[in-house]
Amino acid sequence: MTAPLDFVPLWTLILGFGVFMYVLMDGFDLGVGILFRHAPGDAARDLIMNSVAPIWDGNETWLVLGGLALLAAFPLAFAIILPALYFPILIMVVALIFRGIAFELRFKAAPSSRHRWDAAFHYGSLVATLAQGFVLGAFVQGFRVEGRFFVGGSFDWLRPFSVLTAISLVLGYGLLGATWLIMKTEGTLQDWARARARRLLIWVLISIGAVSLWTPFLEPRIMERWFSWPNVVLLSPVPIVTLWLALWVWRAIDRRAEFLPFLGAIALFTMGYVGLAISLWPNIVPHVINLWDAAAAPRSQAFLLVGTLFLLPVIVGYTAWSYWVFRGKVRAGGGYH
Amino acid sequence: MTLDPVILSRLQFFWVVSFHILLPAFTVGLACYIAVLEGLYLKTKDRTYFLISVFWTKIFAVSFGLGVVTGIVMPFQFGTNWSRFSDTASNVIGPLMAYEGLTAFFLEASFLGILLFGRKLVPPWAHCFAAVMVAVGTLFSSFWILAANSWMQTPAGYEMVDGRFHALDWMEVIFNPSFPYRLSHVVTAFLVTTGFVVIGVAAYHLRRGRAVEECRRMLSMTLWLLTALVPLQLILGDMHGLNTFHHQPAKIAAMEGHWETQAGAPFIVVGWPDQQAEVTRWAVEIPYLGSLILTHELNGTVRGLKEWAHDDRPPAAILFWSFRIMVGIGLLMLLVVTTATWLRWNGRLYDSAWFLRICEACIPLGFAAVIAGWITTEVGRQPWVIYHLLRTADAVTPSLSGGDVVVSLAVYVVVYLVVYPVTLYYLFAIVRAGPVGEEEAASPIEGLQRSLPARAAAGAVVEPRP
Repeated sequence: MTAPLDFVPLWTLILGFGVFMYVLMDGFDLGVGILFRHAPGDAARDLIMNSVAPIWDGNETWLVLGGLALLAAFPLAFAIILPALYFPILIMVVALIFRGIAFELRFKAAPSSRHRWDAAFHYGSLVATLAQGFVLGAFVQGFRVEGRFFVGGSFDWLRPFSVLTAISLVLGYGLLGATWLIMKTEGTLQDWARARARRLLIWVLISIGAVSLWTPFLEPRIMERWFSWPNVVLLSPVPIVTLWLALWVWRAIDRRAEFLPFLGAIALFTMGYVGLAISLWPNIVPHVINLWDAAAAPRSQAFLLVGTLFLLPVIVGYTAWSYWVFRGKVRAGGGYH
Repeated sequence: MTLDPVILSRLQFFWVVSFHILLPAFTVGLACYIAVLEGLYLKTKDRTYFLISVFWTKIFAVSFGLGVVTGIVMPFQFGTNWSRFSDTASNVIGPLMAYEGLTAFFLEASFLGILLFGRKLVPPWAHCFAAVMVAVGTLFSSFWILAANSWMQTPAGYEMVDGRFHALDWMEVIFNPSFPYRLSHVVTAFLVTTGFVVIGVAAYHLRRGRAVEECRRMLSMTLWLLTALVPLQLILGDMHGLNTFHHQPAKIAAMEGHWETQAGAPFIVVGWPDQQAEVTRWAVEIPYLGSLILTHELNGTVRGLKEWAHDDRPPAAILFWSFRIMVGIGLLMLLVVTTATWLRWNGRLYDSAWFLRICEACIPLGFAAVIAGWITTEVGRQPWVIYHLLRTADAVTPSLSGGDVVVSLAVYVVVYLVVYPVTLYYLFAIVRAGPVGEEEAASPIEGLQRSLPARAAAGAVVEPRP
């Protein structure tokens, strides 16, 4: 056979984009759910829920796309990583089920049983986020692999480092959610969101620091990647920009900016994502299997690529359209006859 | 007793997919119905269509939400429980599933927001367009999922390299031999299932004299559709059966309870296939009918299960009965639509209380037939996950212990047994409330909410940006 075109870099970009879109978009609506229970009053909770009601299922489809892109483009990674994360995935999907039906049923429930749906929405969001944090932590630490199979235990994912990433992700999604609410609400609810965002920003910064310092000690190669010469200089913009961004978000909240805190929180997540990519490149099953070894046959990648390159812009386009349609502040239904 | 991860994973897959399939079985048809209603409303400006559409869109919203979250469970099953299947087959299966995600899921999830919340935010044609796109999305979804499923039943267009499947020709992969039959049979089943729900709900309100105009319209237009689709479905089912007879004769032998290969085979109406003894006990037979159905000849040869090794036979008793349940329901449906036509001819369609009662009782029929049909085709594929190429036992995740799957299966059982009844409870509440009057219908579909996205609440008024 002649050497076919190498689709792996492109698929890496697409998969990376899909996962990142999921983290951002479901990130803020999971974050909204995490904050939801502590919101000042029932009316505020209505508003909070409505700020994401029209878009949450669109956001969640990025998770499906990410999973399916992994299956289609890097099947070996899919076949190793998912068995290793058997229970975190189970917990995540179950939490997402409760959270999803809370969207549909909370407003249909009698006032006496509404608190149950409040709880389903809040704990569903919180538990799904924790599960994703455990997934992240376990992923960065790597898996025990022999040949083409995961050979570790069912609870390998439960380690001190993944506890840290789970908590960090809750804080991070919380920050996204709080800044989203600053953008979508006004008055006392917005003031409340602002106060939350400020407090969360500090905690996010602390947890980014903790994760960043711990990660190099997990794997010598990550240490080498960041601290060998000249990488230590070349990569130094990553932490510096992150710190600068945090400061910028802080100021934006202080200036009572509407949209900029959310944008800044997204930028912070982007930096975390870039840092992670630098640590793990070029492996997709961390530390053992690289992108090329895990890739599907070129013919399969090519077949899917044709449609993806056409459909992905369309998807991004109409996602943007539905965000545009539902732009602006959410308000109580008083203005409606 | 040791816990077998293969059996348990199969049970788990059966559990999660059975509950999931109930929702597409309903929402595919409902999305099409809503698109038709919106189109008719746009064209005729008849408010009745509008009110019917608003009513069903509310029900659609709740069902679709549950469909999305139970659907998220599905792709993860391939990785967590069937990782060797994923590793072996995903060069072929992966792109089909990913195309499902790309084309369908997004189309549905993105335009759904417009359909549910956006009637006042976008012009009428755009709202109708959103309804059509949601329907198109559900149909695309069926297309890709059934392409993948059919390929596992009748693989084509592939080669094996180092023990893994590689696609050679995507047209052959997608349009594999059983795909056109399966697609048309399943989509028709979904439409029929929804149709019986619609006439049942219409009958429920007609018997109580509520929303008479809307419910008569629902009953009448849906019965016309069913009068065409139910007989068509029997024909499609027959064609699908002949296709299976050609490509998967062992499945047919099990469905028919035939153990011996014979010419002029009887049709066994009822009986109990005994896998160990290799006979069908207590068989009530009609001579020659089996050959007539399968070969369309009185003396056609029908192969029996004994032609295959013990290890290669599907479990006959399950198939025998699931198939009969499906066909029985189909015949029952035919009876209902025939009766309806006769009543319509006599002008008594809307006020025969006994018939309306039957319509109500028929609401669950389609769902039962879909599950029975799905069991028939999937259990009939056993002991293979990819027919004659990969055994189910070789597809399971190697690191998985029986205990792991017991825990996850228990979780899924408990969660679905909580979530489904609760959702049904609220769905029944919406159904009982019935099509609402003009005033309430004017609010966005998730209209029971006390607060709305501001632009939806303020109508089409564009507010100044801050």
